[in-house]
Amino acid sequence: MSVTDTAPVPATRTEAGEPRKPRKPRSGALLSLLAWVVGILFVLPVVWMVLTSFHSEAAAATNPPSVFAPLTLEGYRSFFTGGASPWPPLLNSLTASVISTIIVLLLAIPAAYALSIRPVKKWTDVLFFFLSTKMLPVVAGLLPLYLFAQNTRLLDNIWLLIVFYTSMNLPIAVWMMRSFLSEVPVEMLEAASVDGAGLAKTLRSVIAPVVMPGIAATALICFIFSWNELLFARVLTATVAQTAPVFLTSFVTSQGLFLAQLCAAAFVVSLPVLVAGFAAQDKLVQGLSLGSVK
Amino acid sequence: MVLARLRPALAAAAAFLTMGVTGCAGWGGSDAGAGGAEAIDVLMVNNPQMIDLQKLTAQHFTARTGIPVNFTVLPENDVRDKISQEFSSQAGQYDVASLSNFEIPIYAKSEWIAPLDGYIAADPGFNQQDVLEPMRLSLTAEDGKVYGQPFYGESSFLMYRKDVLEQQGVQMPANPTWQQVADIAARVDDKVPGMNGICLRGQPGWGQVFAPLTTVVNTFGGTWFTADWQAQVNAPEFKRAVQFYVDLVRAHGEAGAAQAGFTECLNNTVQGNVAMWYDATSAAGSLEAADSPVKGKMGYVAAPVEKTKSSGWLYAWSWGIQQASDKKDNAWKFISWASSAEYEQLVGRELGWSRVPAGKRASTYTNQEYLAEASAFAEPTRAAISSADPRNPGVQPRPAIGIQFVDIPEFTDLGTQVSQGVSSAIAGQMSVDEALDRGQELADDVAERYRSRL
Repeated sequence: MSVTDTAPVPATRTEAGEPRKPRKPRSGALLSLLAWVVGILFVLPVVWMVLTSFHSEAAAATNPPSVFAPLTLEGYRSFFTGGASPWPPLLNSLTASVISTIIVLLLAIPAAYALSIRPVKKWTDVLFFFLSTKMLPVVAGLLPLYLFAQNTRLLDNIWLLIVFYTSMNLPIAVWMMRSFLSEVPVEMLEAASVDGAGLAKTLRSVIAPVVMPGIAATALICFIFSWNELLFARVLTATVAQTAPVFLTSFVTSQGLFLAQLCAAAFVVSLPVLVAGFAAQDKLVQGLSLGSVK
Repeated sequence: MVLARLRPALAAAAAFLTMGVTGCAGWGGSDAGAGGAEAIDVLMVNNPQMIDLQKLTAQHFTARTGIPVNFTVLPENDVRDKISQEFSSQAGQYDVASLSNFEIPIYAKSEWIAPLDGYIAADPGFNQQDVLEPMRLSLTAEDGKVYGQPFYGESSFLMYRKDVLEQQGVQMPANPTWQQVADIAARVDDKVPGMNGICLRGQPGWGQVFAPLTTVVNTFGGTWFTADWQAQVNAPEFKRAVQFYVDLVRAHGEAGAAQAGFTECLNNTVQGNVAMWYDATSAAGSLEAADSPVKGKMGYVAAPVEKTKSSGWLYAWSWGIQQASDKKDNAWKFISWASSAEYEQLVGRELGWSRVPAGKRASTYTNQEYLAEASAFAEPTRAAISSADPRNPGVQPRPAIGIQFVDIPEFTDLGTQVSQGVSSAIAGQMSVDEALDRGQELADDVAERYRSRL
């Protein structure tokens, strides 16, 4: 195999200083092997979780782990029919994530437009200001927010979480969208204006197609962050607005076995994110390779 | 093109948004909570007995009373955080919470929970006199009012392998002293390959190593504080007790003792790695479960003593009603059902007698069906709970209620910090004297605050 091949890796530039075309067989194979190893390392815990979710509680708790234990749907059965119904928390999470993501996009895209294509005065200061709101540790804001929610009678209300998730994700979304929008070539905008396209037409026909992958990537990131948020949800919700991550923690017990059921629950809760990720896969690859990280 | 492909998705998102806005009453926040104006909200720890309760509530409580119950279930540490946050701010989101006999007197003093005497008097069917006296006592605050009702309770006792002791020709006394237990541990240690003499908790935590260890301190004549709030953590009796405990577990205890808590000791005992175990009476249910390898091989005797007549601890997961709740009547109806003798029978019939939330009512221990299932440990458990005296657990008067803890809010921090030194001593990294001298300083800080209020 090429991994064991000790031949020197070819220089990446010729003597004339021009970039050499990458040689597929050697460095290419090495890189793809590395990519596979890293990929497998990342996927392994998830695969392990899925496998454990199909084991019985007793088999899930053994040490050393019993990989080939018989498979069962018991974990899923008790998740859906065991104690409390999982649907209200899942719907709460979906509501909070989808609505906050939509609001974030509605606010972040115009803001990013004003920071890149038609930059406002001192736009770098503005950008830094957006970022500075993320510098306060979330937990430092927890107590004031709790007291605020209690006094405004908004505890255990999903709309409160929507507002918080929107404001938590907005700075990130503005930064991401700004870097995507600055990818739009100035020449394209000039050409559009020469051809007599107005703002709306330019936005719709010139800018949108270029940045749509970026919007998809931003939306997915905001969705994932809101979907997985635990700290605020745990403190600010009770029985009505409880979200899926809080519901997940309820499977942990100090008496008795819970691993298989917890894995089943964790897998079900991860599904919406996985589905969204797969659905937007091609956009994401374009989107995430756009911008400053190209 | 891209836009065209995304259009269905956008349409779906818009539809969802509308649905979310208009349909929020179903799962979104509203003041009345889920289930209408009669519904109550219950916050409780995720223990198997609570999960059974959750399963039985709709069919057997809501159907009869018309009161829907919304449960929030969290792991033990999380539930303590959430309860103290909720009750200290009197947010009123929960009507009922599962509180232990550690929290109830403290919460009662802060007026975070409501007294139950009126409800008890008006509900003769609940039969308060059937609740074991130490339980009633430990859920009564300094003002003499009852603030909690036990759901299930436990004391501590000594569990041992009858077969192993018999093989070695050792007789276990019915009321052993700690010295006798240490001698037996030495005699049976390593006689069966891989089996240590005794399992004792060593894991740091006020509720881990200091649960059994404080009972040892009590019976050796020690105490955390005297009645006039003098810290006694490095007093000779306290030191002798901790030295004895550390020596015993280091010489004849389980492997990895400094990290062993309840769960580790349960596993050690089930897997035959130890011949004896001093811990909660509730462990016996797991040891005698149908799939347990040590079922039928275990004997149970009273908690070992030294200077006191008994030394078992007392712990009860109980129900308390939040003072800020505006549905206290419904909350009491729920508690009255969940803590009743009828509920125990319901669990016995529906789920099996081994799953009954026991350890709180005298009538449980005269129920023939329960005794048939739990004959091995029912009487030792009842005896252990009945002989516990939370007001007077040692040889001297105490400033606060509690056997394996001192019932002050500072104890969780104090106990946990001192336990870290004890755990290090068990691991051999620190001497007992050093650990307790440090503990004395911490305890004195706490004591000083109370002295200034005397």
